[in-house]
Amino acid sequence: MKVETGERRKERLDRGVKVRTEGIYAISSWEEMNYLLMPRLALILGMLALPLAMPSAYWQRVISYACIYALLALGFDFLAHFVGLVSLGGALFVGVGGYLAAILNTSLGLPISLSIPIATIGGGVLCTLLLLPALRLRGVYFAIVSLMYPLVLLRIIEALNILGGTEGILGVASFPGRWIEQYLIICILILSLFGLRRLVNQDIGLVFRGVKDNDQAVKASGLSITLYKSIAVFIASGLGCLGGAYLAHLFMWAGISQFALDFSILPIAAAVIGGGGTLVGPVLGCFILVPISELLRAFGTLRIVFYALILTAFIVFRSEGIMVYAQRKYHQFERWVKV
Amino acid sequence: MDILIYGTINSFSLALMAIGFTLVYGISRLPNFAHGALYVVTGFIVWSFINILGIHYIAGILLSLVVTGLIGAAIYQFVLIRVRGMAISEIIASYAIGLAILEGLRWGGFKGMTYTLPVFIEGSIEIAGTPVDLQRIIVVGIGAVVVAFLWLFTHYNKIGLALRGMAQDERAAMMLGIDSDMMALIAMALGSSLAGLAAVVLLPLGNIVVEAGYNVLILAIAVCIVGGLGSWVGAVLAAFMIGFAQIITDAYVASHFRMVVALLAIIITLILRPSGLFGKQKELEERV
Repeated sequence: MKVETGERRKERLDRGVKVRTEGIYAISSWEEMNYLLMPRLALILGMLALPLAMPSAYWQRVISYACIYALLALGFDFLAHFVGLVSLGGALFVGVGGYLAAILNTSLGLPISLSIPIATIGGGVLCTLLLLPALRLRGVYFAIVSLMYPLVLLRIIEALNILGGTEGILGVASFPGRWIEQYLIICILILSLFGLRRLVNQDIGLVFRGVKDNDQAVKASGLSITLYKSIAVFIASGLGCLGGAYLAHLFMWAGISQFALDFSILPIAAAVIGGGGTLVGPVLGCFILVPISELLRAFGTLRIVFYALILTAFIVFRSEGIMVYAQRKYHQFERWVKV
Repeated sequence: MDILIYGTINSFSLALMAIGFTLVYGISRLPNFAHGALYVVTGFIVWSFINILGIHYIAGILLSLVVTGLIGAAIYQFVLIRVRGMAISEIIASYAIGLAILEGLRWGGFKGMTYTLPVFIEGSIEIAGTPVDLQRIIVVGIGAVVVAFLWLFTHYNKIGLALRGMAQDERAAMMLGIDSDMMALIAMALGSSLAGLAAVVLLPLGNIVVEAGYNVLILAIAVCIVGGLGSWVGAVLAAFMIGFAQIITDAYVASHFRMVVALLAIIITLILRPSGLFGKQKELEERV
């Protein structure tokens, strides 16, 4: 085999401050503490300040959409890169959560403070039960089954004219105020993001990664793979249902457009562009893609073509994504060395 | 009698839709989520050949099958080959391509009732008192020919045997000098052409609509899962089971339960016999 004799190659080394901040020395000086805190504070404060910086109520609405998509993207990234399940059906979670919240609110008369939590938990359980047959299997089954559900449920609701048929369920209660509506979803997003980051570093996160990388080892340790997969799917679908329930209250309406393909494809695109496996990346990806998609609203379904093409391009040529790149630049320095 | 005749026709339609998908998956372990998109795109290619370029119908069909085969090969050569082996990327990439094609067609204005293909031969005959269109007879005929052709191709042709070898054990096949990328390319081209063939045979029975792409994908996947992913015999058998089940629900319940039948078939199969009817050889690999 002919070896290409390149004279130099790039060498990457961790920055000193990165190594120091891994242990107790992180609190030894302001420099280390800043190094750790700055990115996190920038993200939290940035998200909290975002609605204030928006010019109009319309753009504040866009922030809310971005947060809903970000919840889905978080769930997708968690399932794909920490548990090894590719979910192509984010729309299923949004649809189930939205319809549940709408039913709880209009038929049973529950207030928002109850309907959203119940729709989140109940929707998570329902979605997990629906997907359970595919969880016992390895391979592409989960992707296939999760792809099918939103498409089939959409057709069932249309054909049988149940749950309000094509009109949807009208008259869902709205939020008491614009700022409550806005900051509720932002706080939920921040909490879920940091909560999930913490979760994947706990023991259970280790088991999740074991399910992804070497399921036989998990099985050999006497743990049930199906159980852990179900827990993971419950968490991810709960996040999606939460987004859906919030959406139903935001629109004051639940309808078949909540099973729309946008909810399946955009979070995936955001996760790939933002950087899979980082959990922050997908959130940032959503905050980039959703405003662009609002600007492109006039083009109709061409938007989906646009996401799909970006997605393909990124996955083929730049599969690491923005966030992985940024983390590398932040933690490491690069230099050319002679070979 | 109605049920028997229409069940057979429906079964052959399903087999035609599914055989391309199962071929690609069986050989290269690549779930081609762009299958439905290729089906619809062939319909539009034939339509444009006839109505815009004014090519003769039969020539247009043959040409469009070649074009669809080339599209499939291009998708593999330029996109999927770069992500092979990475399960997450494979699924996302093929799904994204399928979505791009379908939604692009929808944006391009291909919707509504205006796009239809002419049937091959007008008229209908009576079989045991039931009138049947000649086009539906052709569906059965072509379905049978395709199944027979594939069987002969994979048993008595060098390329076919190589494909089968790769389906059984890719590494061993590579050691025997079979170029696995070339074979996957051929499988993808063949699978795409088969999706196209299904389209040109089935689309004259209705309108060309973008939604058909999603329906065909769902049905193809349902058939493949029930039959065992990657098993051709299983797919044909499963096509008959689902085909008859659908027609029976049509007759006794209501016609919009068709999709529910497909979904239930998948769920029941996954619960009772995850590897499908004929997926025995891969059973241990897929169950956790």
